[in-house]
Order: sequence, then structure tokens, then C-alpha cells
Amino acid sequence: MLTFTIRRLILAIPTLIFIALVIFLLLDLAPGDPLANQPLSIPPEVREQMRKALGMDGPIYVRFGAWLYQFFIVEPQVLIDHIFGTSFSEGKLRILSWQFRSPVMDVIVQRIPQTLWVVGMAYVVGVLIAIPIGIISAYRQYSIFDQIGTFISMIGFSVPTFFTGVLMIVIFSVNLGWLPSIYDTQLEVTDWATFTQQVKQMIMPVAVLALFNASQISRYMRASMLDNLTQDYVRTARAKGMTEKVVVLKHVLRNSLIPVVTVIALGVPTIFGGAIITEQVFKVNGLGQLLISAINNNDLPMVQTLTFIFAVLIVLFNLIADVLYGILDPRIRYE
Amino acid sequence: MNDTTARTAAPNQNQNQNQNQNQWWDVWDQFKTHKGAVIGGAFLILITLFVIIGPYVWQVDPGDLDVRNKDNRPIYTALWNPDAKVSWAHPLGSDQLGRDNLANLIHGGQVSLAVGWTAMALSLVLGTFIGVLAGYYRWLDGPLMRFTDLVLALPLLPLLLVMMLLFREALRSAFGPETGIFILIVVVIGITSWMHTARIVRGDVLALKEREFVLAARSIGTPSRRMITRHILPNVLSPIMVSATLGLANAIITESALSFLGLGFPSDFPTWGKLLFDGVERMADFPERVMWPGLCISLTVLSVNYIGDGLRDALDPRIRGR
Repeated sequence: MLTFTIRRLILAIPTLIFIALVIFLLLDLAPGDPLANQPLSIPPEVREQMRKALGMDGPIYVRFGAWLYQFFIVEPQVLIDHIFGTSFSEGKLRILSWQFRSPVMDVIVQRIPQTLWVVGMAYVVGVLIAIPIGIISAYRQYSIFDQIGTFISMIGFSVPTFFTGVLMIVIFSVNLGWLPSIYDTQLEVTDWATFTQQVKQMIMPVAVLALFNASQISRYMRASMLDNLTQDYVRTARAKGMTEKVVVLKHVLRNSLIPVVTVIALGVPTIFGGAIITEQVFKVNGLGQLLISAINNNDLPMVQTLTFIFAVLIVLFNLIADVLYGILDPRIRYE
Repeated sequence: MNDTTARTAAPNQNQNQNQNQNQWWDVWDQFKTHKGAVIGGAFLILITLFVIIGPYVWQVDPGDLDVRNKDNRPIYTALWNPDAKVSWAHPLGSDQLGRDNLANLIHGGQVSLAVGWTAMALSLVLGTFIGVLAGYYRWLDGPLMRFTDLVLALPLLPLLLVMMLLFREALRSAFGPETGIFILIVVVIGITSWMHTARIVRGDVLALKEREFVLAARSIGTPSRRMITRHILPNVLSPIMVSATLGLANAIITESALSFLGLGFPSDFPTWGKLLFDGVERMADFPERVMWPGLCISLTVLSVNYIGDGLRDALDPRIRGR
């Protein structure tokens, strides 16, 4: 198991470097000029110096190498300095955002809490809803509950989040006036009033994302439970005289959760991607919104770094899913 | 329909033309029992007719500015709000420039569905091509599947957005604003959604290659090219059809998501996603401007997904005939 994990980790490095290269080459084709919004009165030689200051001169492999060095060497050093108060990164150039004129990582770190709160909460809520629904729908297959459950999960799966979000805003903010339609990121939770305000503004984005996640996961849960309910060991357990509760919730559930856990792990990075749209609908000031504004403003270092972070998440959670599968299912052997 | 031959033909995949016909009847019989799939199919046909025949029935140009009838509400708001500004000239109301919402919905639907079908076709062709090559030729299997894994590890939505931004100007100048963006969206969606089809097709081809009829065909000297077109492709048709429905749903959603993020078609060119995006700003006063396009997208995708569910059941020989 350990050797498998280590081998996969080592294999992930060339994959990630290749992905970084693909993103870099793609962005290098970008027609936009980050200096386009500077005044036209700037003389050409000053303009050339500004380009140099942004690190836009030099051949492509130099710039790519510089980016790799900054991302993998300088930024971790900054993090270590920040935690332990050392000074490894002193005087070294960090990845600078063209849009904010400050290090990309600092902006990203500012935005991460919003995304994690909304998206993470939505994922947890979604999983918590999906698993019981999946269990009951499978156990009472073709019952009313199952019919309604599969119908709702089909809807949640089909209706895009930008429509459910807008629909909820129309109903709960415009017509009923219960919930705010815009997520206020300036809000600091200090007392009960601000806490309720925070909860109120989180309800809609979390509900939209949670519905989407829950509908996907509950389908897997139902299918996996159905697969296991007809197995021989279930009949054996019943024949031994175990109560139905033990049979379903202990024997069947544990076995059915194996594929579902890996699906949950695989879904984590796509949630970051899918949240781009939800963040845009509710104006949540998170990573997705940052990416969109960076794309619109030709902030290439920001786009490069953010996209690469998403890629790292995908590769990492693929690996986690594989390892989890090996740990949970004794029939799987990675040799 | 001859029932006995159909039963024996179902598990036996290498049929002649006559039995083949029966197998598809069998599939259709099973498909009909799936209620959701039948309703979904009916709705898809209805919405397709709506966008194709619609312009001939409702002959209003979607870009026509009716300045005197700006900001009309849909005709049905008069039922509960007698003061609402309604007019029979605009049954679903008009926007802030006086453009007719119904005409926009029809023309937007044409574009959305056209993008959906073409992008799906492109991703199917790509996916099937790569899947068949990887499954059939052993020496291509490793590289092609590693490549597929690599593409799957890319963060697709951000890359889609980046690609839209990068190639927008180039294609616009080459093919004109509308055709250029259409080609761009279709190609971009197509090349980011073929991976699942490729994986499924590869798996099926690998299994088919071990079957006796393939061995028989090879022993009479069938060349690889004809082997693939005559024996392999017809037998992987069912997984391809199922992933076609998934691809169609995915393409429609992706196109509207791109339009919704403001990176899709130009502003005077309606699509469902674009209409939804334009309506969001004034949805407090005019909820119908987001409701109708949103409903169109959601119901189309829902019906396509139901068709996919029905097809999967109907094409699965283990379930069929039960």
C-alpha cells in the first residue's frame, strides 16, 4: 500500500508539470496586453521597462522555469517563513498578480476562507443528505419515497446551478424577502446578530450546491446499496437471525459505502470548479470569482496559478480516492 | 413482431440484418416501458419543433426594437395584476429595449440546441475514434489512455473559459462574429468532453476483441479497417448512444454556463444562457426574463437525461425482456 502511494506520488509530479506546461503554453497565446489600460502617453521605452518589471520579456522556457521556481520553491519558503518566522524567502521574487500588483498567493489566501466556507459546507450538507436518501431509496426500491427521491435527484442533477440559484433568489429574496441575495464577505461574526446574518446569507448558496452534490451522490449510494442488497452474505446474515437494522446498517451499508467514499473524494475538486458559477450568482468573493475577474483583466499569472491549483486538487484527490479504495476494500490489492 | 426470434437474437450479438431489426424493436419495447424516458422524448421533440417551426408561426424578428412597447410584462400577469403593462403583441413581454421575449426564446433555443447537438456529435466522434483505436490496437492503448487520463486531470471549466477568451478574436475575424463564436464554442466543448466516451468505448472494444465472431472474421482475413467498421463499431453502438445523451445534456449546460459567465455569444445574439444572464440584472421586476430561458434549459436537460436513463435500461440485455 505504502509503496503504491509513493509510486503514485512520484508519478504525479511529471503529470503536474505537464499540466502546468499545457496551461502555460495556452496562456502564452493570449492576445491581451496587461498594459492595455495604462495611459497612452507613456513613452515606448518606459513601457518596455514596465513589461520587463512584470517579467514579460525573455524566451518562453525562461519564464516557465521562473514560474515553476516561484511556485514550487519560493512560495513554500514564504509559507515556512510565515509559520516559523524564518527568512528563507528574503529578497526572492514571488509570483506577482498583474491586476492587484501584489503576490498572487496573498490574494488567493485572502479568498480561500469564503470558498471553503460556502463550498465545503455545501459538500458536507450534500453528503449528509445523500447517504440516508440513498439507503432508504434502495431498501424500499420502487416505493413512493424511492420514486420521489430519484425524481428529485434527477432534477438536482439536470437543472444547472445558475438557474437554481437565480430561482432561489427570485423566491426567497425578491418575493419573500427572507434572505439576502448577495453574500457580504466583509461581515465579521462577532455577536449573535452577525452570526444569524452570516447563516442567512449562507443558506442559499449552500442549498444550491448541496442539492447538486446530494443528487449525484445519492444516485451512487442507491445503486451501490442495490448491488449489495442482493448478495449472498445478506441472506446469510438474515438466516443467522440478525435484526434487519443490523443487516442493513452494519453489513450492507459498510460494503456499499466503499465505492461511494471514493466518489465523494473524486468529487471534491470538481466542486471547486462548479462553484465558479455559484459564486458568480451569489457574488461570493471566492476563488471562482477571482478566476473570472483575472480572466477578464488578462491577469495571466493569477489565471495560471489558480488553474494549476485546481489541477493539483484533481490529481491529489484522484490519488486519495485510489488509496482509500485500497484501504477500505480488502479485495483490492495494489501490487 | 416475431417474438421467438427476437428472444433468441437478444443475447446473440452477431445477427444478420433481419434479426438486427428485431433487436431494435426489442429495445424500443423496453424503452416504451420507461415512463420518464417516453415523456422526456416527447418533450424533446416538442421543444425541437418549437424552435424549428416557431419562427414561421411567430414571425417577429428577435432583434426588432419596439420602442413604444418597452418592458412589457407577459400577458398572463394581467390575471393577478390589472395594472401590469401587457400587450398581445408581446405574449411573453419585451425587454428594456423593446425586443420580443418569445421571439428571443425561439431563436435562442435554435442556437442552444444547435450548439448542443453539434458539440455532442464532435465529442462522440472524437471519443469513439480514440476509444476504438486504444481498444483495438494494443500498441496505441497505453499512450492514448495515459493521454485521456491527463486530459481528465485538467481543470476543464477554467480552461474552457481561458480558451474562449484566447481564440475569440481570431475566429471572429476569420468567420464573422456569429459563425466564429459558434465554431469556437462547439470545438471547445467537444474537445473537453470526449474522455468518458473514449474510456467506455475502449473497455467495450477490449471485451469484444476476445469474442469468437471477431476471431472468425479475422480468420477469413478481414482487414483491420473493415473489422472495425463492420464488426466492432455496430456492437459498441449502445454505450455510444447512452453517452450521446449525457453529452447532449452536458453540452447544453456548458454553453449556457459560458453565456451566463459572459464569455459566450455576442450580446445581440440570443441563446438561452445569454437570455438568462441578461435577465438576472432586472429579475426583481421582471422574473419572467430569467424563468423562461431557465425553464427551457432545465426541462431540455432533464428530458435528455431521462432519455439516457431509458436507453441505458433498454440497451442492457440483462434487464430487457423482464
